[in-house]
Amino acid sequence: MTKSKVMTFVQKYTMIIALVLVTAFFVWKTGGKILLPQNITNIISQNAYVFVLATGMLCCILTGGNIDLSVGSVVCFVGTIGAVLMKNELNMWLAVLVMLVIGLLIGAWQAFWIAYVKVPPFITTLSGMLVFRGLSNVVLQGKTLAVTNAKFVQIFGGGANCYVPDLLNGEGINLLCIVVGALACLVYLFFTFKANISRRKAGLEAEPLYQVAIKALIIVAAIIFFTIRLAQYKGLPMALIWVVTVIAFYSYITSKTTIGRHLYAVGGNESATALSGINTKNVYFFAYANMGLLAGLAGILTIARLTSAQPTYGQNYEMDAIGSCFIGGASAYGGVGTVPGVIVGALLMGVINIGMSIMGVDANYQRVVKGLVLLAAVIFDVVSKKKNR
Amino acid sequence: MADNILEMRGITKQFIATRALDNVNFSVKRGSIHALVGENGAGKSTLMKVLSGLWPYGTYEGDIVYEGEVCKFSNIKDSESKGIVIIHQELALVPYMSIGENMFLGNERGRRFAIDWEKTHAEATKYLKMVGLSDSSKTLIKDIGVGKQQLVEIAKALAKNARLMILDEPTSSLNEEDSKALLDMLLEFKKQGMTSIIISHKINEVAYVADDITVLRDGKTIETLTKGVDDFSEDRIIRGMVGREIEDRFPKRSGVKIGEMSLEVRDWSVYHPTYTDKKVVNNVSFNVHAGEVVGFYGLMGAGRTELAMSLFGRSFGTNISGHMSIHGKEVKLHSPRQAIDHGLAYVTEDRKGNGLILTNPISVNTTLANLKGVTKHGVIDRDKELLVAEEYKNKLRTKTPSVTLDVITLSGGNMQKVLLSKWMYANPDILILDEPTRGIDVGAKYEIYCIINDLVAEGKSVIMISSELPEVLGMSDRIYVMNEGSIVGEFTQAEASQEKIMARILAVDNAAKESKKS
Repeated sequence: MTKSKVMTFVQKYTMIIALVLVTAFFVWKTGGKILLPQNITNIISQNAYVFVLATGMLCCILTGGNIDLSVGSVVCFVGTIGAVLMKNELNMWLAVLVMLVIGLLIGAWQAFWIAYVKVPPFITTLSGMLVFRGLSNVVLQGKTLAVTNAKFVQIFGGGANCYVPDLLNGEGINLLCIVVGALACLVYLFFTFKANISRRKAGLEAEPLYQVAIKALIIVAAIIFFTIRLAQYKGLPMALIWVVTVIAFYSYITSKTTIGRHLYAVGGNESATALSGINTKNVYFFAYANMGLLAGLAGILTIARLTSAQPTYGQNYEMDAIGSCFIGGASAYGGVGTVPGVIVGALLMGVINIGMSIMGVDANYQRVVKGLVLLAAVIFDVVSKKKNR
Repeated sequence: MADNILEMRGITKQFIATRALDNVNFSVKRGSIHALVGENGAGKSTLMKVLSGLWPYGTYEGDIVYEGEVCKFSNIKDSESKGIVIIHQELALVPYMSIGENMFLGNERGRRFAIDWEKTHAEATKYLKMVGLSDSSKTLIKDIGVGKQQLVEIAKALAKNARLMILDEPTSSLNEEDSKALLDMLLEFKKQGMTSIIISHKINEVAYVADDITVLRDGKTIETLTKGVDDFSEDRIIRGMVGREIEDRFPKRSGVKIGEMSLEVRDWSVYHPTYTDKKVVNNVSFNVHAGEVVGFYGLMGAGRTELAMSLFGRSFGTNISGHMSIHGKEVKLHSPRQAIDHGLAYVTEDRKGNGLILTNPISVNTTLANLKGVTKHGVIDRDKELLVAEEYKNKLRTKTPSVTLDVITLSGGNMQKVLLSKWMYANPDILILDEPTRGIDVGAKYEIYCIINDLVAEGKSVIMISSELPEVLGMSDRIYVMNEGSIVGEFTQAEASQEKIMARILAVDNAAKESKKS
């Protein structure tokens, strides 16, 4: 009995365990360098676009293992447009709005063909990948365009000073960061225990309190460790604000709303969903239009961080996003996967990236390792499910 | 001592939590047809998986003695090389390959790399002839009906030099005529010395074809009945399967008042979505009243499912024409959503294919057709959802430790109950139940019938589509008989009988043949 309990525990938290083990490995190999405040900050800033794109990609994958290959090109195209607009002195917020709308329109364009004309997503987005890469090149004429709007760069997590200013004026440590961390813990604790208690009140079976408490303890410890590390460096990176907003919003959408339920249902059994009176076409439309919107946001984050737009930006971003989803436990057949899972997948990739960089592993070998990790994660998923049967 | 081709001795198969087979003994006489019956989950399929090597030697306890020697199969190839061939319930044919290609898939004719197509098709034709199929072996599988596909599976088994053929529910998707033909073919093969094991839920077929019947219950062998020695009546066999007498297979419905007309359909015609000149429903008119169970009987392909789905918000077919009135008001329904909003529910015949989301919890499936009921401003109230699922679980007596478990963990009968829960929660006035008891065991069937009775007692209307004549006769207030897309007869419960209904279908068929000749 205890053996099978251990097994289900391992299965449920595989990727978290993997993340801890991999981190431990790099702590050992890099002599603890990977946990230095600066590196932790880097994991977030460097991978902000992955978190954002992977969240959107999850919605597509949920509908039935469908992917969006165009996101890298869309990131580049949106960034290009933004850079051009800001070069022409357009108001920064207006530029941001235009970029998001363009992302959404591109998403809607592709979503229309996928949802209502039933062009396979792979083909539609392969087309988008070519079209928007090409258009970016046309607009930029093959050159680099600098983004000089300092405020834009700062707010969207680029440049040297892309941190939330410490309004509380801590000395040697960013006090605001710590306060925010503490608040996050309290909010988290409040909602988990509230949900558990209301479930009990309704007379339903609920997770035993000690389990909830242990889980909460681990998560609170992680948040506190994280925020202290960030506070020791320069505080909260702006990119983190955007990433957390996206994650929180989409976690809520996918787990608590009918939109989310429809995504899972379509991926689980499309014809059953259609016969239950749900318009499956609209579900596809949502997933891909939304992906465009998030690609727009990723485009904004990308040009801010790199303070320029180039025709080569965003290459292979789609692969990072897709990889994170599958490593994070999304099913290649759709209907299975969660936003937190995908974030863990993206973090795992990020840790491997930065760990190997610190170790000085050749970039080409880094790719080899990442590729094998992706395969290993999916193999584990497939095999453990088979045994479960 | 009888000449046994196969003896399975003391077979025990343990899964992590459950013991699927518990010291099962099972022996089959050479040249006989041996039926294996039992309720869902009794262990029939597991036993056959052990026999065919799908569960390899070492994963079970006990011995398989085949042709006098102990066999230790490590995979299906091993058992097939000895002439043990299993034909699964779900047909395993590739739709876009020809009959010949399918027959020799993995067993290709020819030299090492090159396939000898002439030899392939020549041999295929030979085996097709043995099963009485005259189609060309170059026909694609997708272009022939399910009945013929089943025959191709058997031809495929013959091509593997089968000496012991295992058929898992071979007639589950066949109509009565095709079923009869298939069973007669098994009897023919028996004369030629073939041994068969047949797993079936259809007791009358088993009694017709089998020499011996072994009953499994909860993973144990209960008894083996032999033709000519034991009583082969349906009641006797069912008693063995469920372990008790079933007094009446159809619960009585008393005091249900039949009210006003709830649904009326006039001149309804539907064309096939891909073959758009093929009329699958032809000028059908019928009606249903509140509190009434209306049976729709017909053979496979009679157009009943197509009719039902086209009514349910045009979920099937193109070029649909005709009138439809609900409670006296003419309605035009263009999507399942509209149909549901007008109080219609279509409970599919294919629970796994388009009924349930197998990898989602029971609770999620229960609310899928009426998410609004547990939603506020687009946000789902999980607690309320669980309460709803619990309520229906208790109401329909679904057997499961928790409604948070995935549907895939349930047996067929319990899946059907979840499917019914889903549609009952959508609170429809008119329920179309398409083959509501297909592939589920006797006990669960009875419970489903009780649920149907409860529904009409609440004043709802039930349209029950079924291919099982006794069920239609036992449950319906009125019966429509369909054949080739048209309604060819209407009977009240009092005037309906098995003979009259079959006679009506045959009469139409004969008339059609006559008119073709002239």
